[in-house]
Amino acid sequence: MPDLLIELFSEEIPARMQARAAQDLKARMTDGLVEAGLTYAGAAAFHTPRRLALAVDGLLDASPTLREERKGPRVDAPEKAIEGFLRGAGVAREDLKVQDDKKGQVYVAVIEKAGRPAAEIVAEVLTSVIRNFPWPKSMRWGAGSLKWVRPLHSIVCVLTTEAGAEVVPLNIDGIASGDRTAGHRFHAPDRFTVTGFEDYAAKLKRAHVVLDAQERADHIWQDATNMAFAAGLEVVEDKGLLAEVSGLVEWPVVLMGDIGAEFLGLPPEVLQTSMKEHQKFFSVRNPKTGRIEKFITVANRETRDNGATILAGNQKVLAARLSDARFFWENDQRVAKAGMGEWQDSLNNVTFHNQLGSQGERIDRIAALAREIAPMVGADAALAEQAARVAKADLSSEMVYEFPELQGLMGRYYAQAAGFPDEVAAAAQEHYSPLGPSDDVPSAPVSVAVALADKIDLLTGFWSIDEKPTGSKDPFALRRAALGVIRLVLNNNLRLRLDRLFDAQILRHRINPDGTSDRALLDELLQKVADHGVIGAAFRSVLDQVENKPAWVEKITAHKPDLSDDLLAFFHDRLKVYLRDEGLRHDVIDACLAMPGADDLSLLVKRAQALGSVLATEDGENLVQGFKRANNILAQAEEKDGVSYEFGADPKFAEDASETALFNALTAAKPQIDAAIEAEDFNAAMEALAALRAPIDAFFTAVQVNSDNQVVRRNRLNLLHTIRETCLKVADLTKLEG
Amino acid sequence: MAQTTDTPRSFQEIILRLQAYWASKGCAIMQPYDMEVGAGTFHPATTLRSLGSKPWAAAYVQPSRRPTDGRYGENPNRLQHYYQYQVLIKPSPPDLQDLYLGSLAAIGIDMEMHDIRFVEDDWESPTLGAWGLGWEVWCDGMEVSQFTYFQQVGGHDCHPVSGELTYGLERLAMYVLGVDHVMDMPFNDPQAPIALSYGDVFRQTEQEYSRWNFDVANTEVLLKHFEEAEAECEAILAQAHDDPKTGKRIVMAHPAYDQCIKASHLFNLLDARGVISVTERQAYIGRVRALAKKCADAFVQTDAGGWVAGEVTA
Repeated sequence: MPDLLIELFSEEIPARMQARAAQDLKARMTDGLVEAGLTYAGAAAFHTPRRLALAVDGLLDASPTLREERKGPRVDAPEKAIEGFLRGAGVAREDLKVQDDKKGQVYVAVIEKAGRPAAEIVAEVLTSVIRNFPWPKSMRWGAGSLKWVRPLHSIVCVLTTEAGAEVVPLNIDGIASGDRTAGHRFHAPDRFTVTGFEDYAAKLKRAHVVLDAQERADHIWQDATNMAFAAGLEVVEDKGLLAEVSGLVEWPVVLMGDIGAEFLGLPPEVLQTSMKEHQKFFSVRNPKTGRIEKFITVANRETRDNGATILAGNQKVLAARLSDARFFWENDQRVAKAGMGEWQDSLNNVTFHNQLGSQGERIDRIAALAREIAPMVGADAALAEQAARVAKADLSSEMVYEFPELQGLMGRYYAQAAGFPDEVAAAAQEHYSPLGPSDDVPSAPVSVAVALADKIDLLTGFWSIDEKPTGSKDPFALRRAALGVIRLVLNNNLRLRLDRLFDAQILRHRINPDGTSDRALLDELLQKVADHGVIGAAFRSVLDQVENKPAWVEKITAHKPDLSDDLLAFFHDRLKVYLRDEGLRHDVIDACLAMPGADDLSLLVKRAQALGSVLATEDGENLVQGFKRANNILAQAEEKDGVSYEFGADPKFAEDASETALFNALTAAKPQIDAAIEAEDFNAAMEALAALRAPIDAFFTAVQVNSDNQVVRRNRLNLLHTIRETCLKVADLTKLEG
Repeated sequence: MAQTTDTPRSFQEIILRLQAYWASKGCAIMQPYDMEVGAGTFHPATTLRSLGSKPWAAAYVQPSRRPTDGRYGENPNRLQHYYQYQVLIKPSPPDLQDLYLGSLAAIGIDMEMHDIRFVEDDWESPTLGAWGLGWEVWCDGMEVSQFTYFQQVGGHDCHPVSGELTYGLERLAMYVLGVDHVMDMPFNDPQAPIALSYGDVFRQTEQEYSRWNFDVANTEVLLKHFEEAEAECEAILAQAHDDPKTGKRIVMAHPAYDQCIKASHLFNLLDARGVISVTERQAYIGRVRALAKKCADAFVQTDAGGWVAGEVTA
C-alpha cells in the first residue's frame, strides 16, 4: 500500500489563511481520491509560511475494477433499439448476455471499468485541487494564468512503497511535479530530494523548518513563558496572536526585549494594542503591579549574536511606535482635562449615516433616551444623560483614531482625567457591551441606561430608514444590538415596555434631522407616546388635535404605524434564537408571545420558563393534551353549530361525578391562577393549571361530550370552554406543537 | 545572496547603490517624473507601463508629496515631501523575491544578522482603480518595502502581471545608517568637505510647505485647478485617434494622464487644507479614478500599451 506525500511550495502565504488552506487541501484531496475509488488509511495536513503539505498513508495501489450489469431491450426488440443500446453501453453484440425477465428475454450488457493505477488518479485529483483551490483571495503572476495565493514555485508529489519512492508526474502551468523541495529561506536555501513523509519532515527539520504549526506554537509559548518567568514576569496570553506568529516563521526564535522606561506610564492596554497590532509582539507583564514591562518577539532565524541585532532593531521600531502612542496620549489628556468639549463639538461634523445625521445628533438622541430610561433601571437621570454625552467623545481622540479597538476604554481613561463621576467614566467603556453572546453584560445602572439607549437608537434609526438586516447581510450589526438589549434586560431583570421606548426614539429620529426648535411640542408628543404606547390610531388622533402643524408633525402623521411592531417582532425572533440556545423550545416562546405585555422581555421570559418547566412534567404534558382535546371538540362543535359556547357551565346539569369534579376544580383554580398571574408568579399559575390535569383526564375518560341530550351536551361544551378560557390565561397553548 | 557588504555612509549612497544594483539586474534606470505625485506608483513608468502585453523593466527614484503628513520638519519620521524608490518588472520574474533580497544586501543589510519577513499586505489604490496582492517586507520588525503583484490597474486586468517594489527611502536609510531623526541623516558623505545632512537640505522646505499646505494654499484656486485638470483630461481623450495634421494615429494617453496626476495632487492639497468632508472625499476619489481609468483605456490603444493595428484589444 503506497503512501502519498504532497507539498505545494510557494511565496509567503498570509498567516491567517494557512490553517484553513491545509484543511482544504486535505479534504479536497482525500475526497477526490475516495471518489475515484482510492481509499486510504489516514491523512494529515501541514502548513508553514511557504508550504502546504499533505501526507496520506495506506492508499490503494489502484482503484478497484468496477463491474456493472445494464439491462437492455427484449431480444425480439427492433434492431434499431438494440443498436442504440450497444452504443450507449459501449459493448459489442457478442458480449451481450440474455436473461429472463418478467417482460420476457432481455439483453444484458456487462460493462467492466478497469481499475486505474494510484499515480494516475493522484495526478488528476491534485491538478484539479490546485486549479480550483478555495483561497479567500488569489492572484496571477508573471505571464501565467494559474491562480494561487502567491506565486507557486514547486510541487512535490511522491508515492512511496517498499520498492521505493516514485514521482507522480503532473504539470500545471509549467510547474512540473518532482521530489525536491527547499528548506529555510536563509538557513538552508538549497534544494534536496525527499522520499516520503518521514524523510521529508526529518530533512526539513535539519533544514531549519518546523513543519507542524502546533509544534511551532508550543515552542514559542514555552520559550516565551520560560524567559518571562526567569525575569519574574508573565506573558499576556493571546491565542490569536500565537497562531498568527506561528504562521509567520518556519524556524521560531523567541527574543525578549525592553520597553523604554519613558513609555511605561502608558495604559497597559495601549502598550499591548500598539505592540500587537503594529509589531505582533507579545506583552510581558509584571504580575505584582499588572504593568506591561517587556515584550516578546519571534524571529525566523538564529544569528551568531544570538539575536542581539534583531532585538535591537525591534526595540527601535517599538520606540518609534510608542512615541506616537505617547504623543497621542498626552495630546488627548490635554483635551480630556479641558472637559472634552473639543471632541464633543467635532462629533457634530462627523457623519454617522447620511440619512441619520451626525454623530453629534445621534448623541443628542441617545442622551434624551438615556434620561428617559434612567428611572426604569435605577439610575440617576442627570447622570445618565451626562454619561451619554461623554460616552462617545473618545471617538474624536487621536488614540482611538489610531487604534479603533480602544474605543470606550480610552473614553473611560479620558472621562476620569476630565474629572467626571466614576459612573460616567464606567459608562463610557461599558455602554458598548455586550458585544457578543458571551461578552459580559454591564450591571451598573448608568452604564445600563446608556447601553440600552445607544442600541435602541441604532435599531430605531435603521428601522425608520428601512435598513433592516436581510439574510446574511447585517452591515450595521443590528442583530447584535438587539441581542445586546435582550441580554441587558434579562441579565438585569429589567421591566421595560420596549414598544414605548421604540416609539419615542423613532419620533426623535423623524424629527431631529430637521433640527426642530419646537421642543415643548415634541416633549408633549413624547409624553403622549408614553401614555398611549404604540404609534397607531390613538396617537394619530392626538396628532390630529395639534393646531398649525409644523412640517415635522406632518411627517409623523404620515409615519407607518407598524414600524415599532416590526422592530418588536425582530426582537422576538432574536429572543427565540437566544432562548433556544438556553434550551427553551420555540413553540413555548410562541405560546407566550401571544400574551399581553410581550414587549416586556423579562415578563415574557419568566412566563416562558414557567411554561417550559411545567411542560417537562407529566402533568404538564398531559394537561396540554387535555387542553387540545377540549379545544378541538369545542372548535368543531362551534363550527358545526355556528355559536360559541361561552355561557358558563352549570353543575346542576352534570350527569357524572367527573363532570362535577371538573367543574369544582375549574372554579377553584380560576382565582388561584388569576392571583398568581396578577402577582406574575407564573410557576404558581402553571402549577394550578397542571393540577387540572387529573380532573380533565377523568372527565374525558368518563363522559362523551356529544351526548344525545342537548342540554347535557351544551353544558359540557360550556365546561370545555371554561377549560380553554382558564388555560389561555396562562399562555396560548394552541401554539404548542405535538 | 547573503554576502556581507560594507555599510553605506549616506542617504545618497543608498540611492546610488540601489540604482547600480537594479541597473545590473537589467532595469532601465529612469528619472523621476517631473510632476507632483503622491507615490512612485503614479509615475507613468509604473501606472501606464504595467498595462498591456509588452515586457518592461524600470527602476527610479520618485520624489513624492503627501501634504497631510507635513510636520514642519519636527517629527523624526514624517515628511510631506520624501523619496520612494520604485522598481517595476513585467512580467514579474520567478525570482523576484531573491532579486529583492539581493537589493537589501546591496545596501548593506546583512541577511545573516537580520530577520527579514514577508508579511501579508494587499495593496489598493482607489484613485488609480488599481489593486494587487503582496507583502510589506519587515526587517527586524520594521517595514522596509512594499512588494506587490499588480492584478488590476485603471480597471484593466494586468496580463502579464507586473511585480512592483517600493522602498520608502528615508525610513530604510535611517535604519541602515542607524539614525533616529530624519533631519540628522547624512545626505552626502559625512567626510565630504561640505557635509550636508537631510535637515540641511530639507528642514526649511518642510516648514515652508507645511505652512502653505495646511494654512495658506488658496482653496478656491485649487478647486478651480482641479476642475480644469479634470476637464482638460477628458478633452484630450475626446480627440480623434488620427491626428489631422500629421495624418498619424496619435492617442494622447500621456498628456491626459498628466492631467489625472495633477487632479490627484490637487485633491491631496485640498484634503490637507481640511476643506473636503468625509462624504465629499469619496466623490473626489471617484472622479480621479474615473480619469485614471480613461487614461488606462487610452494607453492600451497605443503602441506601448500593446495596441496592434487591426487587432481588437480586450
